[in-house]
Amino acid sequence: MEAFVTLIQVLDSTIRLATPLLLACLAGLYSERAGIFDIGLEGKMLMSAFFSAAVAAVTGSVWLGLLAGIGASLILSALHGVASITFRGNQLISGVAINFLASGLTVLVAQSWFQQGGRTPSLFGGGRFEPINFPFADALSSVPVIGPIYSELLSGHSILVYVAFLMVPLTWWILYRTRFGLRLRAVGENPAAVDTAGVSVVGLRFAAVAICGVLCGIAGAYLATALQAGFVKEMTAGRGFIALAALIFAKWRPWHAMGACLLFGLLQAIALRFQNIDLGGVIIPVQVMDALPYILTVVILAGFVGKAVPPRAGGEPYVKER
Amino acid sequence: MTLMKSLMGAAAAVALTAGAALAEPALIFDLGGKFDKSFNEAAHNGAQRWADETGGSYREIELQSEAQREQALRRFAEAGLNPIITMGFAMADPLSAVAGDYPDTKFVAVDVNWLDAPNVRQIGFAEHEGSYLVGMMAAMASESGTVGFIGGMDIPLIRHFGCGYAQGAKAVNPDIEVVANMTGTTPAAWNDPVKGSELTKAQISQGADVIYAAAGGTGVGVLQTAADEGILSIGVDSNQNHLHPGKVLTSMLKRVDVAVYDAMKAGENLETGVFAMGLAEEGVGVAMDDNNASLVSDEMKGAVDKARQDIIDGNVTVTSYYENDSCPALQF
Repeated sequence: MEAFVTLIQVLDSTIRLATPLLLACLAGLYSERAGIFDIGLEGKMLMSAFFSAAVAAVTGSVWLGLLAGIGASLILSALHGVASITFRGNQLISGVAINFLASGLTVLVAQSWFQQGGRTPSLFGGGRFEPINFPFADALSSVPVIGPIYSELLSGHSILVYVAFLMVPLTWWILYRTRFGLRLRAVGENPAAVDTAGVSVVGLRFAAVAICGVLCGIAGAYLATALQAGFVKEMTAGRGFIALAALIFAKWRPWHAMGACLLFGLLQAIALRFQNIDLGGVIIPVQVMDALPYILTVVILAGFVGKAVPPRAGGEPYVKER
Repeated sequence: MTLMKSLMGAAAAVALTAGAALAEPALIFDLGGKFDKSFNEAAHNGAQRWADETGGSYREIELQSEAQREQALRRFAEAGLNPIITMGFAMADPLSAVAGDYPDTKFVAVDVNWLDAPNVRQIGFAEHEGSYLVGMMAAMASESGTVGFIGGMDIPLIRHFGCGYAQGAKAVNPDIEVVANMTGTTPAAWNDPVKGSELTKAQISQGADVIYAAAGGTGVGVLQTAADEGILSIGVDSNQNHLHPGKVLTSMLKRVDVAVYDAMKAGENLETGVFAMGLAEEGVGVAMDDNNASLVSDEMKGAVDKARQDIIDGNVTVTSYYENDSCPALQF
């Protein structure tokens, strides 16, 4: 029974840790499916984390904070779009620049705004996303097995967690069941064909980059205003890159992205809960668990388990033939 | 012509001595950054206090990468700054490489005490003694019989903190359970409050109801989550009691500010050698103020005061992790 309680706690932690990964991963999915590689996920999340926390701290409203976070992330997205779509610059370089920009700018603005050494003031009350408790969660918690799963694991997360997981079927539906989704995928595979059909390649790619910005904005706001109560410098701590790894691991597919993010979240949760794991005499150090997401991604990329083929036109700016 | 030469020579000599007399001190912050609410910020506060009191000015740099350490030292030494104060154990290697090249410059190394260099003032803090005291308070405040420790990057210095803490807790209650976790093994572990939060939740589910964070910016997440979940936390380096009034049991103070202030005040006449800042020198201690007054019972205060005196008098010895790279009270 105690093992079951521990399992529930680890899975609960998994959901919290997987949520920012999932949002960033889906953000990358839209962008990369449209042929725009985006390694600036980290920077966009960081920027959003800062602006959501800052505006929530100043106004006392977490919803305004969320909007500000999404707005900040969208501006970086627009920058990436202008550099790599309009001016046909190198997408990787633009992404790296966005990461550096966010890393420096957040601390600089935070320091001149709040004078707290690159932090925002701690949020409280309406400045944070509160956990949502499902109906009857307390009453059902004593029911064996199902009770804890319902009241501990599923209930009691902030609204952004549910938004993130609802985004998965929605993304699948948009990509595979709508005209917009078909065109979006086509523009990542063969933009010339889309152009021939009379659909704007630039417009579609900008739309994809904008969706990417919104999702990264939600991910950053989740870190700063739901998981934490404020911004601390570099608080994304590489999650944008793990999300990219998850995207490759999932081979650019939405349901698999959820699976990959949950797996990576689970690995982190286990590492945090158990530190060094003793498997009958063999001790697995915590560092192995931390490195596993990257190792798994390399294994996938190397083609040992199926083949990860990125969208064919990914990374290449579209030049209309004249 | 010769007269002109000697005149100019004299003028140059005057200018030189004037320059030497006006040598400014310099301060090199570690990677955590000047405003980390903790270790580096304490140094900044000490330097600022010196500047306000004396009207003097000092030069400073916030390091951004490992490669800058030696470069910054040489730049400051070439510029004639004196003394040059460095923060953190990681400055030891660059210092041992640079200090010999500038025998007339005095260096100060905070958190370093093993170098063989005649012009370096090395200041080692007895973090294990301060941690011992907060460990005692944790054990007395705990109702569950389990207390937690969350470290930042897994390095001997942080284990040193954890080791003293566990010894203090076990001195009060030999049966107490001490849960210890490290955030990570890279410098990113100093700035990951989200991981700090998850570790706190994991420790709470293992029964911990007082958690000591020695983790830089990650500690912000630990203190926040502890306050949210209704358990007590313990801050580190600077006084962090005010971050969550009534929710932070105490803070383990490491008076880096005093060390920096003293060094700047002494200026070029700085005494070099190895200096230990323990309880006796008030280099470490526990923070008591209005924010935690309601949490600290008279009994707790009495026990801590007695233990402090016992350690100073040598009646109680706190084993240092450095002695043989292991801890008698805690398994990492």
